[in-house]
Amino acid sequence: MGTKEVIITVESIKPKFFEKLIQNILKLTAGTTILVLFLIFFFLLKEGYGIFSYVSLRDFILGTQWLPETTPPKFGALPLIKGSLYVTVGATLIAVPIGISVAVFLAEAAPPMLREVLKAVIELLAGIPSVVYGFLGLTILAPFIKELFNLSSALCAFTASIVLALMSLPTIVSISEDVLTTVPKEYREASLALGATKWETTLKIVIPAARTGLIAAAMLGIGRAIGETMAVLMVAGNAVMLPHSFFDPVRTITANIAAEMGETVHGGLHYQALFGLGIVLFVITFIINFLTNILAADKLGMKRGRYL
Amino acid sequence: MGIKMETKNLSIYYKNYKALNSVSLPIKENAVTALIGPSGCGKTTFLRSLNRMIEVIEGARIEGNVLLDGKNIYDPEVDPVELRKKVGMVFQKPNPFPMSIFDNVAYGPRIHGVKKKPLLEEIVEKSLKAAALWDEVKDRLYESALGLSGGQQQRLVIARVLAVEPQVILMDEPASALDPISTAKLEDLIEQLKEKYTIVIVTHNMQQAARISDYTAFFLNGELVEYDETRIIFTTPKEKRTEDYITGRFG
Ligand SMILES: Nc1ncnc2c1ncn2[C@@H]1O[C@H](COP(=O)(O)OP(=O)(O)OP(=O)(O)O)[C@@H](O)[C@H]1O
Ligand SMILES: [Mg+2]
Repeated sequence: MGTKEVIITVESIKPKFFEKLIQNILKLTAGTTILVLFLIFFFLLKEGYGIFSYVSLRDFILGTQWLPETTPPKFGALPLIKGSLYVTVGATLIAVPIGISVAVFLAEAAPPMLREVLKAVIELLAGIPSVVYGFLGLTILAPFIKELFNLSSALCAFTASIVLALMSLPTIVSISEDVLTTVPKEYREASLALGATKWETTLKIVIPAARTGLIAAAMLGIGRAIGETMAVLMVAGNAVMLPHSFFDPVRTITANIAAEMGETVHGGLHYQALFGLGIVLFVITFIINFLTNILAADKLGMKRGRYL
Repeated sequence: MGIKMETKNLSIYYKNYKALNSVSLPIKENAVTALIGPSGCGKTTFLRSLNRMIEVIEGARIEGNVLLDGKNIYDPEVDPVELRKKVGMVFQKPNPFPMSIFDNVAYGPRIHGVKKKPLLEEIVEKSLKAAALWDEVKDRLYESALGLSGGQQQRLVIARVLAVEPQVILMDEPASALDPISTAKLEDLIEQLKEKYTIVIVTHNMQQAARISDYTAFFLNGELVEYDETRIIFTTPKEKRTEDYITGRFG
């Protein structure tokens, strides 16, 4: 009787102990991630907040002149913010539809042999450094676009968008393809058995079921585009002017930070302004992430009573 | 009673494995035909051959003929999409789509061109009532179908098939996830459905086969051992193997 009780207690404590341990380890790692994020943000704030006693936050974001070398210097970041938005939005509009279409083709229509070959090639493309993309954009794409649209210079937001789109495509395609192939075959079979064609099944069942994952794939691809510096620096025209169309030269936030950081004095006004840009970039990224999370939430489509 | 469907020397291979061996079986119109036999004997395989869902499986190959109203459904000019409107299927595992209950049932009618909301609502209500699910879900039609219990999901996928108004309904163990009360409801439902539809049902439950079916086919190792009226199969089967199986003396 006594021994039996001991055995029972030991058995019931052991799994609980490991359960707790694993839980705590997970909590610790999750906590660390959040902590690091906060530290980065605080570092940005600490280095950058000084700029806002020189220009107001409003003038910093909406000001149209970025002239760090003049006396007195002017720090209006709108050309850079708009430059980043143009290039990112442009790249998104090009890369997401194409990327998802290619993924759908690979997952749903391509013969198995072709699929394997193409997947391998695409994953290889994801590993090419961005400088190479920038170089190809500069030497091949830009002259072509110059011809095509009869421009005086093809180094503009449009060209940069295409280069960024090409860069983010491999990521979008390979993740989307993975997401699509993990949609349970039961869904496809149910749809086919109800007399849907393969194409209807793909459009109305497979893609909606994979929606959350597809959005994540797009985000990861775009994330690469927003944060990209080198390629953009090479093909975007690199002019700190307020762009009015996709064919105007632009400089993005990241490109500007990279281009000017070397000339600054540590802790100086210009240095602080660049960190101010970092804060803006951080906030923009945060907002985009937040918005896509809302977009990806399953409940929305459900409430409207439509397809997911 | 007329013959709605018929297989003639039907053999099915998965790559090199022969899962069905020359099965010839009639499916009578407006009747319930039960398929019984031990696990792995080829019941699902047979069922899938009746609406060409077997072709969805990679490596599956078919020999012989399957007739629907006297015409071979594997003829090159027969469109499998059109065929599957006429021959609906309820799968072994309930597989509702990850969308609302309403959208699940409306899916078939929508892809077949029904657009008007009032008409869709009418079809959805009628189908859910026919599947004995309406009362349980009428206040939550726009909630996710994945939130339903297993038994409710099973009736939902039956409603989804009914909404397409097929002529033949294939059911692969539709009661395997149901409690006795839901099972009784489902059996009543099948009883009613056979006035309008031709039904083929796979079941592992001998009492159920005896209760609801008019004809029974006993499969063993990919062969059709015996086919006859249900009361004959269950009282005076010709084959010793049939008798052993239905009395549980098998193996
Ligand atoms: N996709 C497949 N690929 C290869 N072999 C398969 C496939 N599906 C079924 N089989 C094989 O074919 C045989 C018949 O399978 P089937 O699913 O038709 O059996 P069943 O009678 O429905 O069994 P259960 O009662 O367990 O559902 C089995 O030996 C099975 O392993
Ligand atoms: Mg089966």
